[in-house]
Amino acid sequence: MQIPRPHPPFESGTTVEVRIPSRLGFEKVAMSTAASMARLMGFSEDRVEDLQTAVAEACINAIEFGNRLNRNHTVGVVLSMTPGELEVRVIDKGEGVSRVNSHHDIDRKMRGEEDFRGMGMFLIQALVDEAEWVPRAAGRDAYVRLAIRLDKEIQGVDGN
Amino acid sequence: MVSVLRFSGDISSLSRDAVLGTWHQLPDDAKGRVLLDFSGVDYLNSSGIALVINMLMEARRGAHSVRLFGLRPHFQKMFRLVGITNYTELHPDEASALESFGAA
Repeated sequence: MQIPRPHPPFESGTTVEVRIPSRLGFEKVAMSTAASMARLMGFSEDRVEDLQTAVAEACINAIEFGNRLNRNHTVGVVLSMTPGELEVRVIDKGEGVSRVNSHHDIDRKMRGEEDFRGMGMFLIQALVDEAEWVPRAAGRDAYVRLAIRLDKEIQGVDGN
Repeated sequence: MVSVLRFSGDISSLSRDAVLGTWHQLPDDAKGRVLLDFSGVDYLNSSGIALVINMLMEARRGAHSVRLFGLRPHFQKMFRLVGITNYTELHPDEASALESFGAA
């Protein structure tokens, strides 16, 4: 079944940029912005909440590990709408991750054999359609790229 | 006796004292059966989930029983994703959570 969508009040390629301080709690500003854009595109509330959590985790990692809570640095959040996809880039001043560690083992955590924290990457990968960590390179800051796609949305609603 | 810890607002890395501190302040004889009430929680992130896992680990070591209720559907999803449901039960409301202790 094709799901009717509201007429999009934006042009393809619309981009919004937000800069948040490197202070925990400000990830909520990025969450709100991402939610507003996802709703404008017609994503369901379930998918909006998934994206919000993924954006929050990416921002927290950028604040804590990328910018190391340095108040002189901000975290950039660039949100781009395309006809079928909402992409979010979360940019910080760190080196970026050389190896994506999305491993999470609840049994090891419950036995005290693994740090309780460290679930951010795991959650990000579980909640969005695409997640990519790009290390810093010459002339370019490190970033994580998240994306949710409308075709996945229709599949999810139909239960396929 | 069942003890109920009611959380509200945010559960994040900034909530360590509120979450674990409250748990640690419970006397041992009040830890046997504990309910965690999430119905007032607006925001929960991976650091907050880590605090809950920490609490569940300590409860397990002490042979205490902890159950959760009042989680929004999205938070239930997050808890299922990380596997917390392998170690505790999620209930929709306080009445059903209490009833589950009676049935245990």
